[in-house]
Amino acid sequence: MNFRNLISFILLILILGLFQILFLKNLALFGIAFCFVYLVGILSIPLQIRAVPLLLISFGIGLIIDVFYDTLGLNAAAATFLAFLRPYWLKILRPNGGYDDSTQPTLQEMGIGWFISYSLPLIFAFCLIFFIADQWGTGTFIGVVNKSLFSSIFTLVLAIIVQLLFFKRRRGI
Amino acid sequence: MLRILQFLYSLRSFLLFVLLEVLAIWLLVANNSPQGAAFFNSSTSMVGSILETQSDVRDFFSLAEANEALVGENSRLMEQLKSLKTDPDSVELTLDSALSSQFEFLGARVISNSLRYAQNHLTLNKGSEQGVKPGMGIFNESGVVGRVKSVSKNYSVGISLLNNDLLISSIIKSTGDFGSINWDGKNSQTAKLLYVPRHVNAQVGDTIVTSGYSAVFPRNINIGVISNVIQSGDPNYLDIEVALTTDFSKVSYVYLVENTEIEELDSLYQQSEITNEF
Repeated sequence: MNFRNLISFILLILILGLFQILFLKNLALFGIAFCFVYLVGILSIPLQIRAVPLLLISFGIGLIIDVFYDTLGLNAAAATFLAFLRPYWLKILRPNGGYDDSTQPTLQEMGIGWFISYSLPLIFAFCLIFFIADQWGTGTFIGVVNKSLFSSIFTLVLAIIVQLLFFKRRRGI
Repeated sequence: MLRILQFLYSLRSFLLFVLLEVLAIWLLVANNSPQGAAFFNSSTSMVGSILETQSDVRDFFSLAEANEALVGENSRLMEQLKSLKTDPDSVELTLDSALSSQFEFLGARVISNSLRYAQNHLTLNKGSEQGVKPGMGIFNESGVVGRVKSVSKNYSVGISLLNNDLLISSIIKSTGDFGSINWDGKNSQTAKLLYVPRHVNAQVGDTIVTSGYSAVFPRNINIGVISNVIQSGDPNYLDIEVALTTDFSKVSYVYLVENTEIEELDSLYQQSEITNEF
């Protein structure tokens, strides 16, 4: 990752974080579909990043969101879990020739089918941990799965829209 | 020895993952006790100022509604004041200390509020410098809102009534029976009234108000109206559903109440070895 990519990554995280904090806090479609659009930031980190910095970055981002939501530890725990699963899931999804060195796992570079099969299970895992921790001892398991399923679909739709609107398509080969 | 270290090094990402998860869960548990002091939360000055700017923008659009509510509250208070004023030809008695004012009130603005989670919180724009203390009750003109949890210099964080951890001592107004209001985490418009024995004649439509037993809220602040009474389930207690009078999605200006005699009461409880949860 060169310096320019780093700057644009930090900007992306800042914008997504602000959007999450200011607009999505109390948004829940039909009371069950929440949106965690800041996960796009974690999901689009370049492929060659090592596991340790990825875990630390995700934990940090989750913690910052938590401070604004007054749910200290909730987003951090779920985001760390997502970051832990990401390398293994990427290994499973590896195409025949392996990944290009400088690719980013984004919609534009990998195509919509790959992106959905990459991000939907990860977002679902995030939501599952998030709602299990949130409803600990109060909600039912069916309720948790229900919320997780619809939240991950809603988040995925918003993630695709964000990438279509704001991510640059790479020119040439 | 080297091999053990090598083995651990090869597992480093998993170990770090476990460490971070434990840290996150520890933060989650340490911050969720209603009395516990919090380290960072939205009362931190930087976070608070961002949230305040956001609520500045949002409140602009609800000014008319807030005004209307305040005018209603004012007219009600004026009516009460008229009946309290003494006529010039009447005799004035000095009141006994038992009747002197036990509660002090403050006003504040809600700058952040959540209602979709199992544990909801709200952030207020007044802090220790303006006299807010942990443990104060929060209410607005339509009913109880919550309770202050932690305070920074200029902001404070409260536990919303929509939080599984908060119990509010309350009574059924018409019969005087005692119970505790607790949110069940399902709907932001209803809560449960717990610990009401089965023999009590609770009717749909009865008003629930604060009891004044817990030394947080004064008596007779509205909480809700009974919307459903179910006999089944627990052999000892009724299952009562309460429709809350406060609309938590619209809470913008609130009052804070402090019991000035809480220290005296606490030491009295300690002396007589009563543990009071509230």
